[in-house]
Amino acid sequence: MSGGIPPYVRLANEIAAQFAHRSLEDAATVIANHLKATWDPRMKQALITHAESGATDLSPAAVLAARRLQAAR
Amino acid sequence: MTLLKEPDFGTPARPGEATVELTIDGINLRVPPGTSVMRAAKEAGVDVPKLCATDNLEAFGSCRLCVVEIDGVKGTPASCTTPVRDGMNVRTQNERLGKLRRGVMELYISDHPLDCLTCSANGDCELQDMAGVTGLREVRYGSGVEAGANHMDLETDTSNPYFDFEASKCIACSRCVRACDEVQGTLALTIEGRGFDSKVAAGAGVPFFESDCVSCGACVQACPTATLQEKSVVELGMPTRTVLTTCAYCGVGCSFKAELRGDELVRMVPYKNGGANEGHSCVKGRFAFGYASHPDRVLEPMVRDTIADEWRTVSWEEAIGFTARRLREIQAQYGQGSIGAITSSRTTNEEVYAVQKMVRAVFGNNNVDTCARVCHSPTGYGLKQTFGESAGTQDFRSVDESDVILLIGSNPTDAHPVFGSRMKQRIRRGAKLIVIDPRRIDLVRSPHVEAAHHLELRPGTNVAIINALAHVIVTEGLVDRDFVTSRCEDFESWEAFIARPEHSPEAIAEICGVPADEIRAAARLYATGGNAAIYYGLGVTEHSQGSTMVMGMANLAMATGNIGRAGVGVNPMRGQNNVQGSCDMGSFPHELPGYRHVSDDDVRSIYEHLWGTPILNEPGLRIPNMFDAAIDGSFKALFVQGEDIAQSDPNTQHVFAALGALDLLVVQDLFVNETAKFAHVLLPGTSFLEKDGTFTNAERRINRVRPIMAPRTGKQEWEIICEIAQAMGYPMHYDSAAQIMDEIAVTTPTFTGVSFAKLDELGSIQWPCNVEHPDGTPIMHADEFTRGKGRFMETMYVPTSERSTRKFPLILTTGRILSQYNVGAQTRRTANVAWHAEDVLEIHPHDAEVRGVTDGDLVALSSRVGRTELRAKISDRMPVGVCYTTFHHPVSGANVVTTDNSDWATNCPEYKVTAVQVDLIPASIATDAVPEPVVAGGNR
Repeated sequence: MSGGIPPYVRLANEIAAQFAHRSLEDAATVIANHLKATWDPRMKQALITHAESGATDLSPAAVLAARRLQAAR
Repeated sequence: MTLLKEPDFGTPARPGEATVELTIDGINLRVPPGTSVMRAAKEAGVDVPKLCATDNLEAFGSCRLCVVEIDGVKGTPASCTTPVRDGMNVRTQNERLGKLRRGVMELYISDHPLDCLTCSANGDCELQDMAGVTGLREVRYGSGVEAGANHMDLETDTSNPYFDFEASKCIACSRCVRACDEVQGTLALTIEGRGFDSKVAAGAGVPFFESDCVSCGACVQACPTATLQEKSVVELGMPTRTVLTTCAYCGVGCSFKAELRGDELVRMVPYKNGGANEGHSCVKGRFAFGYASHPDRVLEPMVRDTIADEWRTVSWEEAIGFTARRLREIQAQYGQGSIGAITSSRTTNEEVYAVQKMVRAVFGNNNVDTCARVCHSPTGYGLKQTFGESAGTQDFRSVDESDVILLIGSNPTDAHPVFGSRMKQRIRRGAKLIVIDPRRIDLVRSPHVEAAHHLELRPGTNVAIINALAHVIVTEGLVDRDFVTSRCEDFESWEAFIARPEHSPEAIAEICGVPADEIRAAARLYATGGNAAIYYGLGVTEHSQGSTMVMGMANLAMATGNIGRAGVGVNPMRGQNNVQGSCDMGSFPHELPGYRHVSDDDVRSIYEHLWGTPILNEPGLRIPNMFDAAIDGSFKALFVQGEDIAQSDPNTQHVFAALGALDLLVVQDLFVNETAKFAHVLLPGTSFLEKDGTFTNAERRINRVRPIMAPRTGKQEWEIICEIAQAMGYPMHYDSAAQIMDEIAVTTPTFTGVSFAKLDELGSIQWPCNVEHPDGTPIMHADEFTRGKGRFMETMYVPTSERSTRKFPLILTTGRILSQYNVGAQTRRTANVAWHAEDVLEIHPHDAEVRGVTDGDLVALSSRVGRTELRAKISDRMPVGVCYTTFHHPVSGANVVTTDNSDWATNCPEYKVTAVQVDLIPASIATDAVPEPVVAGGNR
């Protein structure tokens, strides 16, 4: 954990920052696809749970991506 | 095999068709235009006597032994400097020529010690050979003192750790001087003096060790006498047999003749037919193999219950049983996904394949990753996205046809020296060089080499500058429209993106610290200068936008049509010998061998059918994820194959915490490395001299690694993996490494038909190897990209969150030095420490002065995650505000200060950008020794 932020939050936000120039919908799609392809299931689940808990430390695109991941299950 | 002596044709081959017809000693033959008479004679089976000629150097014509008679030509021209002509009739042997040659030999011998029987080169001396060939029976002038003035009292220079310079035996043929010039390109050697006083000198007459010599050994190889001789030959005698094998250092993957006397390795000689190196080498590959027999080697397994306990040496049976039992116990307690493994780029393809198979088939998860995670994982991602294949596009030879070389974040003369020499030679012959690097690397300006442009950017701004280069190409009408239209997709949207004013050189000049007009000039040169090739290294990948940058470079190559032929392409300089191979072999947690995603049902079914067990269809943990999961308690056991993650991975404090949290750490390595300090099992590994298998180099070249001795540990590493698998209840067995390659070949489309037998036949194979290209593919994407159309990707520049602050005002960037290799486990156990005994902090004179730091002072280097101490070296190779160090020595622990930041797509660490502060440690506090790094929370 870095500065109290869970690693999956930090990593998801770093990915989201790369697509900040895209629309929220586009960014969420790209992020969700990337997470689906490269993240271990426990990390994806942790992110989904964190997003569902109403966390404020996740970027909007990351939150939407987490919802997409959940919906795709 | 017996000692392999490669034929020497005297002068280099000339390209082209054999159109020139001539007769030599009555033999008719055809050779390409420009071929020397000497070489033509050799090709006809006629050996012309020679001393100053050798076929990796241009003809020199100084020894006059190779004189011949040619009809219609006056006198007796030197055959080495005389090119063939149509209809030429040559005689190489007659009484007149014999007399001339004997006269030459008499002069040589009159000034040469006649100690042949006790000379280290006895039996491998061309002077000795020529005395025999020319029929020399007497020396009319006498020899030694009786012959008058001579050079026999010259002292021997023994300063180099690996070879001696016995000047008294020098015949001043200049082969060493020319090799340093034409092969290595360092120009450290010269002929000093005139006439009788002519002698070989290293630089301005200083000992070799103090000169600019980089100890590549090209001079030793070129020397026809015992003048430049390996110390090992002096000590052990001439080798008697040869084993062809592949170097275990950098990603160039040089082929070597391991020359032995009995079972003792005497020397490594670069192999002329080696596809990657073509007879050249560097100081590591040629000389630094002593670590394999170093007393620190661990040769028996060791176990302990806790890391506070002493190691117990145990039998293989006990070590393997202990490992298997603990792995199963941990899975039973914490779940199937609680264990995993890390493969190594220092091991063979077959060993890596065995480990990933163990993880997938026996552990039952995809928790396998490789040390490429921390170097070139962005290459795999970026090139797969754009071109469809996770590999470089060219062979090394391709650079010979480049007109423009764009070198980004790579320092090949230090990190990939043999290819660096090749690149240097091409630049000397006219290619233009553009360097993008915060440091003034040697290629920016060195003897006979000068970059056309050095874009000395701020660390962390790569993507901004690659976008600016693309912006110039798009907005100035320099796009290759035909190529883009026929070969690529998504160009229009990318074109609109990159043409936006925010990407212009003028907009980003302030961000990068590079003048806009310099960026524009570099872009124009790249786009219009002819064949343009991109070469890059970890200065591209080890950033928070490493993958974005790789895609940005691919965009640039596609936009200008610089893909799919010799002289162009996008070329990653792989750090270790088998980075490419370890990635190819399915080491990534989301990919099976051949870069095929684990979610692909068809691909999984290939392995499920063959291995008889289901494979998970979701990715596993990457290395940094494993560390995080170890700390949070869901990951409890790790098998580490040949990698020292405690020293090499970033944020040492975090790594230590993770390793300390594991219930079981199994390390397979040559030495008790830093990681082993946290281990419960140490399984001794094999050096490259004991391995049987293959390495795949940066140009996708699969090379054989042949054992010169049986494993000193009693087992090949893949055998150990199989035995662990069996002890865990899975029937994993191979009779040989060749059998593993056979399995790789039948399951991996890009390896179709590859086998040890085929490699022995062809020498090497560059994958993809398939039905269409059964002998391999030196240059990829020739007619279409692997993915069909090349895909342009939008590459938005996003600044790293790691920025200099008032508390940490400098930016640290890290790298390698020529004489050392990565964490130094190998090179620190060789005489290479003579060149680099400790890591130092290079700091700009301005930054040093404001801190009161002078050369050699001990300084504290601190970042937001850690602090270490090392000595300062004042250097203006970096701009103000940037400092630099290497990470070869655990005592200085450069990674104590590097952070968790990583590439967004692959989690490759951002080693190249760390905000730091440097403080002088007053002499009253400093001691002579560099202290251990300070790691808050460390628990070793």
